[in-house]
Amino acid sequence: MPPEAGQVDTAWQPSDVQRDRDEWRRRRTLRSAAIAAGSTLLLLGAIGGAVVSSPGWERVQETYFSWDKAVSSFPAVLDGLWLNIRVMVVCWILILLLSLTVAVVRTLRGPVAFPLRLLGTAYVDVFRGLPLLLVIFLLGFGGPALSLQGLPTSPLFWGGTALVLSYSAYVAEVFRAGIESVHPSQRLAGRSLGLSYGQTLRHVVLPQAWRRVIPPLMNDLVSLQKDSGLIAVLGVSDAIRKAQIETALDFNYTPYVVAGVLFCCLTIPMARLTDRYARKKGYHGAGGTL
Amino acid sequence: MNTPRRSSPPLRSSEQRRGDPVPTELLRLDGVRKSFGDNVVLSDVDLTVEPGQCVVLIGASGSGKSTLLRCVNLLEVVDDGVITFDGRDITDPRVDGDEIRSRMGMVFQAYNLFPHLDVIGNVTLALRLVHGVKADEARSRGLAMLERVGLAEKATARPDDLSGGQQQRVAIARALVANPRLMLLDEVTSALDPELVGEVLDLLTELKGEGVTMLLNTHEMGFARDVADRVCFLHDGRIHEQGTPDQVIGDPQQERTRAFLSRIRY
Repeated sequence: MPPEAGQVDTAWQPSDVQRDRDEWRRRRTLRSAAIAAGSTLLLLGAIGGAVVSSPGWERVQETYFSWDKAVSSFPAVLDGLWLNIRVMVVCWILILLLSLTVAVVRTLRGPVAFPLRLLGTAYVDVFRGLPLLLVIFLLGFGGPALSLQGLPTSPLFWGGTALVLSYSAYVAEVFRAGIESVHPSQRLAGRSLGLSYGQTLRHVVLPQAWRRVIPPLMNDLVSLQKDSGLIAVLGVSDAIRKAQIETALDFNYTPYVVAGVLFCCLTIPMARLTDRYARKKGYHGAGGTL
Repeated sequence: MNTPRRSSPPLRSSEQRRGDPVPTELLRLDGVRKSFGDNVVLSDVDLTVEPGQCVVLIGASGSGKSTLLRCVNLLEVVDDGVITFDGRDITDPRVDGDEIRSRMGMVFQAYNLFPHLDVIGNVTLALRLVHGVKADEARSRGLAMLERVGLAEKATARPDDLSGGQQQRVAIARALVANPRLMLLDEVTSALDPELVGEVLDLLTELKGEGVTMLLNTHEMGFARDVADRVCFLHDGRIHEQGTPDQVIGDPQQERTRAFLSRIRY
């Protein structure tokens, strides 16, 4: 804007009509907030009251929400959770690399790439079709028994492999959708500048695809955080397995609740982060203020 | 440009009427101001549009022409000032914006047709959802409107299969089908190939002949000259000069208007 417009700005004071409108909007906002707060408290109070006054509540409280049991099992479960976190981080990095490779392979054009495309499609079809638990059983119990040369026999390794193989098939499809959502004209513009196919992919297509797929990727990451607990079935001492051991001592299920709360403490911040990111992006697309 | 804002608030329409004959204007802007952050796009705009009139806004890119139309359509909330439409202050936060918008038609530069609906679906959507018209009646009204813009045979085509000029005519039909009191047209030919501009401008000229009230902005000075009852030159968020096309385009009095007109060839 030219400088004189800025000067007009400093001289501007809202008119009486505008002050009246602003005041009305402020009052409406306050009223909405008050109604929201009141109804939330009422609802929570009603639910809480119904639960606590229901018959059998004391037994439920003792079996699932025993404070002493929670305190005594907390260190073991937290220790197990640390393993979940490490599994999750390592697996997520491997998943991103594998799935991006598969997605790029699946979007290659031309007859030369046909075998690669076939391989990629077959991989995605198979591992999206198999239940994750089945893959974990197959690899986690079968893998160590093979005692293959050069590969570890630890259930942790094979459980992690199962997670990576299964999740990469899903994430590859997310990446592929992102790559294909970039308008063909972008590819044309890159090639017209003399960039090779690979350079166009690396410097033009993937950066745009990446931005679009971040919300669904975050969704899969949150999902992986929970599913990292599935390797407990192999006897790996993660948070769920530790909770199971603690529970077996006296058939008090509070350690499971502790593990559940800890998992939520991991995933809920991630979910809010995803929401915020999606909102920020969505502001430019559909939605907005109207 | 340092003139302070007038201290008294703009008159409300109800006060205006006292003692005066009923105002003839359909749309009236008093001291409208709109800014985005520090960027003051409209600083003090006064404007009136009377029924049957065609008022054309001209001005450089970024002078606030589109923002003004969007404010009138309540797609933007003004920072200050009063917009009176059909005798009602529509900038009052208590009014129902959807109801106001249903009585105006807006056409966008990039057509903004819904790609998932066919042409007749685009034209009849608001009739069915907003105006409560039965499906078969909406369809016959939609077909009549497509006939009117010369696209009856394209009723079942998808917007993507049409040329830009055809898409824009569909967008005009979509805005016009519910008999709006006022048509707002935001640079409706700017995205068109030159040979397609004519078909859209011819349609607008016909609408003007039928008495449709229009507020539009354009860079087509020849068209503005032919069709406008009044031309308003926007500069620095204000209406710098206004009058008949012959006055403003043919014999501009203000230095800035002359400078603007000399920069564009027509």
